Amino acid sequence: MRMHHGKTTAAVVMVSALALAGCAGGGDSSGAPEAAACEPSTEPVELTFTTWVPGMDQVVELWNEENPDVQVTVQTGPNGNSGTYQNFFNQLQAGNAPDLGQIEYDALPNFRVQDGLENIAACEGIGDAGDQFIDWTWNQVTFGEEDAVYAIPQDSGPMALFYRADLFEQAGIEVPTTWEEYATAAEQIREEGAYITNFPRSDVNWFAGLVWQAGGEWFSSEDDGWEVNLTGEESTQVAEYWQGLLEDDLVSTLPSFSDEWNASFNEGDQWTWVSAVWGTSTLQSGAPDTAGNWAVAPMPQWDAGQSAAGNWGGSSTAVLKGSDHPYEASQFALWLNTDPEALALANELGGLYPAASAGADLEAFAGASEFFGGQAVYDVFAEASENVDPEFTWGPTMTQTYTDVSDGFGAAIGGESTLMEALQRGEDQTVDALKAQSIPVVE
Amino acid sequence: MTTAAVPLSAPEKSRSRGPRQSIMSRSAAMLIMGVFTLYFLTPIWWLLVTSTKSGGDITGSAALWFTPDSFTTFFSNITGLFQYENGLFVKWLLNSALYAGVGAFLGTIIAAMCGYALSKYEFKGREAIFNVVLSGVLVPATALALPLFLIFSEVNLTNTYWAVFLPSLVSPFGVYLARIYAAASVPGELLEAARLDGSGEVRTFFTVSSRLMAPALVTIFLFQFVTIWNNFFLPLIMLRDQALFPVTLGLYAWNSQISQIPELRTFVIIGALVSILPLIIAFLGLQRFWSSGLGAGSVK
Repeated sequence: MRMHHGKTTAAVVMVSALALAGCAGGGDSSGAPEAAACEPSTEPVELTFTTWVPGMDQVVELWNEENPDVQVTVQTGPNGNSGTYQNFFNQLQAGNAPDLGQIEYDALPNFRVQDGLENIAACEGIGDAGDQFIDWTWNQVTFGEEDAVYAIPQDSGPMALFYRADLFEQAGIEVPTTWEEYATAAEQIREEGAYITNFPRSDVNWFAGLVWQAGGEWFSSEDDGWEVNLTGEESTQVAEYWQGLLEDDLVSTLPSFSDEWNASFNEGDQWTWVSAVWGTSTLQSGAPDTAGNWAVAPMPQWDAGQSAAGNWGGSSTAVLKGSDHPYEASQFALWLNTDPEALALANELGGLYPAASAGADLEAFAGASEFFGGQAVYDVFAEASENVDPEFTWGPTMTQTYTDVSDGFGAAIGGESTLMEALQRGEDQTVDALKAQSIPVVE
Repeated sequence: MTTAAVPLSAPEKSRSRGPRQSIMSRSAAMLIMGVFTLYFLTPIWWLLVTSTKSGGDITGSAALWFTPDSFTTFFSNITGLFQYENGLFVKWLLNSALYAGVGAFLGTIIAAMCGYALSKYEFKGREAIFNVVLSGVLVPATALALPLFLIFSEVNLTNTYWAVFLPSLVSPFGVYLARIYAAASVPGELLEAARLDGSGEVRTFFTVSSRLMAPALVTIFLFQFVTIWNNFFLPLIMLRDQALFPVTLGLYAWNSQISQIPELRTFVIIGALVSILPLIIAFLGLQRFWSSGLGAGSVK
């Protein structure tokens, strides 16, 4: 299934886009996969760029100084799912969307299916820009289609294991390298009166990152439609594993990113966190009293000796449909996400971990980190980044999928249901949602 | 509940129990009011207390009480808030003041004139117009936001002050209130007298009628001010430029970024506290007119 996955995505996405365009009563978009000609403008150009990365206006300032003929205005809003995506859809319908928009990887298929993205593959330097980016991120923006690039990867969230080195050492517990060892450590830590980690009901994309690591796929596309598979072998394996930890009270169930959640890290009630690279700043601000005691190791593995990693988060810079200047917009997007100076500033101000391969060499990622007891933690993440399965695909209705699975997780945490049932329900409801939007589904 | 249990057929008994019972029911009423006061004020108290804490203390200290260095932290939080991104928060406050202040002022005048006209002039289709306006009360503003966005897109007015300002001017409920109040408080004879003295209709409205309607106008203004100040969905849909945001949308945008920039948490909390101050001031300042107006109505 995975082997022919890439090539067929194109057909499915196109079918979906056509179906939707038909429903919406047309518009000038054809949904054709081949890129339209992409010519530079002969006159000065003004572009708008909507993003919610803090400090992005200062990064764009660098571009504006060097490119007097292509001036970019930054517009900031709430993060994607908090309103900006809905605004994009409204604006696409009204024909006044910004030229460029920040879109997370898990939302890209939704925009593609609704025909909201401009294919910029024919623009200078874009079609063969793939080798400048980490493999899996490039697959996210091309959907595996031929001659197609719908966005430029911006940042990523390779996952690893944050752990309290001091507590592990004091208690004489080995740092787990496999999930089996992790479960054993969980029992030992519970005997110490703490929890090994927290199971977050609402971070379904975190859970997806674990499935991703296990080699599972929630969505894939066949010639005649999307296949939804939240209950595949790997997903079930991950779900059963965490279900076991939940039932034995080996993990806490605090709402993640809440005050009490931060406090539990700060007070040493949580010993580990399987999280993405941006978790470094979350921990530093949420658990300031534990500075110097943390360390980072690769994610625990399902099979000893492997080095698979998952990913949690990350976005792209997309050229939205209807932009008058796709050429200039695409050049800006490529610069924004590959220029070393821009990447460094976006990391400094916005905390972005670049999707560009060269991003790992930024000065900010070199050397020891005090919060992590002098460990060069970014080396671990850079390696994890290379070990993320490039084939993972998001579905076109992720907001709905997240909500439904999260509801199920809530019930499982309350003991009324199980994580496996939550996934099954999420799968059923996703299939219903796709059908309701006339997106073809393979069952 | 206690009154219902008392048998009415025992006058002597009930007389002797009367005062005691009223104490009981009064204290029951006080208790209920006390509980509700606590219920409503606790979040505000939490907001006040939490705005005097920074970073780790928000989670690490008692939720409803101050820390030893609360006083200094409060001021450093305030200065931090006002300086963040070159005083963006001040800009949002001014925007909100502009949308809500000017919007409510003009909206009140329009609603008052409209309600007054519907009440005092007889013309064909009067009731039809009134009913159409009244049905506007039933349509939630949220449901109108998207159609408004598409309309404003047609005339290229999205992402401008006008996109939030113009829809804020209309208040169907204000028209309703103004009509009812004008019917009750502006005597037709007075208008006749004004006409005989040679006053034009517009002049009569502004010099005579509007003063008689003052309590209603204050009510409409307050309602409209609060509605616009708290309006969130319309700006969310209409605006893209941060510099145009009202304070509600701005705080929401910050709040949605907390996982990326955790220090924003402090600013969101103290920003929320600062953002409700104008509402409290508006209510306390205008309350006087309000209650005196209600009293005046009851005498008649």
